[in-house]
Amino acid sequence: MSEPTSSEKYYVPASSHWPILCCVALFTFFAGIGRWLHELPSGPWVWLGGVALLVVVLFGWFGTVISENLSGVYNEQVGRSFRSGMKLLILSEVVFFAGFFGGYFFIRLWGVPMLGGEVHPITSVMLWPDFTADWPLLTNPDNGRFLGATDLGSPWGVPLANTLLLLTSSVTLTYAHRAVGSGHDGILKIGLLLTILLGVTFLGLQAHEYMNDYERNNLTLNAGIYGSVFYLLTGFHGFHVLVGVIMISTMLGRAMKGHFSRPGDHFALEGVAWYWHFVDVVWLLLFLFVYWL
Amino acid sequence: MANGATAAAVPQSVPKRMIAFIVRWTTATNHKDIGTLYLCTALLNLFLGGTLALCIRAELFIPGLQFVEPNFFNTLTTMHGLIMLFGFIMPVAVGFANWLIPMMIGAPDMALPRLNNMSFWLLPTATIMLVSTLFMDGGAPNFGWTMYAPLSTTYGPPSTDYMIFAVHMLGISSIMGSINIITTIATMRAPGMTWMKLPVFVWTWLVTAFLLIGIMPVLAGAVTMMLFDRNFGTAFFDAAGGGDPLLFQHIFWFFGHPEVYVLALPAFGIISQIIPTFSRKPLFGYRTMVMATILIGFLSYIVWAHHMFTSGMPYGAQLYFMLATMLIAVPTGMKVFNWITTMFRGSISFETPMLFAIAFVFMFTFAGCTGVMLAVAPADFQYHDSYFVVAHFHYVLVNGLTFAFLAGAYYWYPKFWGRMYNERLGKIHFWLSTISVNVLFFPQHFLGLAGMPRRIPDYALQFVDFNFISSIGAFVFGFSQLIFVYNMISSRHRGAPASDQVWEGAEGLEWTLSSPPPHHSFQTPPRVD
Repeated sequence: MSEPTSSEKYYVPASSHWPILCCVALFTFFAGIGRWLHELPSGPWVWLGGVALLVVVLFGWFGTVISENLSGVYNEQVGRSFRSGMKLLILSEVVFFAGFFGGYFFIRLWGVPMLGGEVHPITSVMLWPDFTADWPLLTNPDNGRFLGATDLGSPWGVPLANTLLLLTSSVTLTYAHRAVGSGHDGILKIGLLLTILLGVTFLGLQAHEYMNDYERNNLTLNAGIYGSVFYLLTGFHGFHVLVGVIMISTMLGRAMKGHFSRPGDHFALEGVAWYWHFVDVVWLLLFLFVYWL
Repeated sequence: MANGATAAAVPQSVPKRMIAFIVRWTTATNHKDIGTLYLCTALLNLFLGGTLALCIRAELFIPGLQFVEPNFFNTLTTMHGLIMLFGFIMPVAVGFANWLIPMMIGAPDMALPRLNNMSFWLLPTATIMLVSTLFMDGGAPNFGWTMYAPLSTTYGPPSTDYMIFAVHMLGISSIMGSINIITTIATMRAPGMTWMKLPVFVWTWLVTAFLLIGIMPVLAGAVTMMLFDRNFGTAFFDAAGGGDPLLFQHIFWFFGHPEVYVLALPAFGIISQIIPTFSRKPLFGYRTMVMATILIGFLSYIVWAHHMFTSGMPYGAQLYFMLATMLIAVPTGMKVFNWITTMFRGSISFETPMLFAIAFVFMFTFAGCTGVMLAVAPADFQYHDSYFVVAHFHYVLVNGLTFAFLAGAYYWYPKFWGRMYNERLGKIHFWLSTISVNVLFFPQHFLGLAGMPRRIPDYALQFVDFNFISSIGAFVFGFSQLIFVYNMISSRHRGAPASDQVWEGAEGLEWTLSSPPPHHSFQTPPRVD
């Protein structure tokens, strides 16, 4: 009875305790942030508990799937389901960023010009007559409450370097991906390692740029709408890069164990590669519309 | 098959049996188990949200403040809306999807069963967090389920942050569920089950799932910005920092309008299964039904600002959103036409599911007509934020969609449990519900047209009569649902055994299985010709 039903065509897994633990972890995680935001002393500890449980769940859940895959109980249909699931997950991420980009364009092309007196001048006359609409917005309508940034870095410095880093990392990942199942484990490992290094460098440069913006340019979360959308878009992108780096590191760990040396269905690496390319494309749009134009 | 194992080896002591029970349901990966969990949770939330609604109607029974403080009244409307939408009507649709889609397409289970379990259990998790806000200092969120900034940012109570996290978890749950449903339909169809042979219910859910993937991340983004505005000093929705409160309304309704069709499309699917069965005729215009579903899904993305006519918009935009909104009446009208034409010259019999389905067609069409009235931008300035709007969307959600889900519950009950429900109680439930729901919501149209605003605990004296009538309807409607619960529970053991076919005119793969169906529906894929 404990054997999974494996008819000719379908694979149906047995019941599992990982999903419910994942729900408990997420609840603890969010409850922790909530308590933290409300300055309750237990907040950070509850949050840490949630994170720890989440890590355990991710190890356990993915570990189960990996060992099922290695034991060969999966078939072609399971592979198609995983691929479809990953594509749809990336689609939902695309929508997530599209929502933020939509907000960005609304603010830039409609909200700020309206405040500056376009379309209905009365808004500007009644509220903030001295306000002039500019983009990037350095002087806010109420600069007492929201002190605008003094200066913005050039897109041709660190942002350009970051663009090149991510573009290169997509190449190295493709290079590694091609080596899967061909027996050239060396190429695979080097490719993955290079990708991780490029991703980590990106994150380091981004963190450095954030500190620079905060300390020298007063580009903070409180710097009005420009700071808000800038950190929202680049921050969530940076978070996705971090997740991607963790995913690729996991792949490197699995490559070390020789999981990808046999020919066969290696969905995991494929899914991670899709994710990384998606994160790359988001950055190109960020560079184009937030940093450059 | 561990579920089967725990059920077979019945442990002796009561605590052990309780543990076995908890383990069985929390670790379930079977689509029927998870479907049952969804349906039961939805029913519980229906009564939770319904209790809040009855508190509202009790307060509005006569003018003046009787039972609740104005601020608590606002939390009542907010929590009623959030619980009914996210806790009742979305889960009930997902519950039917879980039960039916694998059976209808000839699969053993959903494509990603463990993910399915997580999608479900995030729902009670999030509901607990949402309901816990009622007991926090400063009270629960009080700005309406639309969470407009700055009511939710500058003026929201501290518990708003927990509501935001609850919405995040509900969003993850919906996205995971949708991924699973699309993947199941895409990869698990039995050989020969081509796209244009899929039952309409499966088609409506396919479009619904794409709608959910297209909107839930946007809602997550909106509440994330709200969280940042509240806690980290950003200015997304604050004009003093160059932001715009209208940005919130745009993003929210970009989620909110397709959400209406997320709720409605599965209901359309259920009705499209029921009416042919009891008319003993195949569905009229299957292809146009599929086309209309896709068209509604597409149009629902591009009409959101008709919720914002009074918020301020250029005339050109108002004109566009007015006309685009009215366009939705066309595919919806096609559906209504097809349902009626399916019944035309059919050998109709009026069992409880068919009664609910016919009532759905009548009342949903009526709700659609008030929707077209609301879409007229110049007239909307009169209707906006009045009880007319309340009456309109309750006709959609209660008289329409809830009736469709009740129809579905009666229709598939014998298939799910192998026992017939009590037809006599079903009919009593139907007539009590149909009469009382109209007593409840119909007068609210007049209240709105006469100028009564929504979300107020007290009102002027000229609104007394209709509020009085409406509250009576509310209590009758609320308590008649207990008949449904009694019927569902008592028939589980006392009902007459159901045949595999159950209904004479029923067609589809789910009726070829035994009643109740085997644990994993189709062990080997059936051939569909």
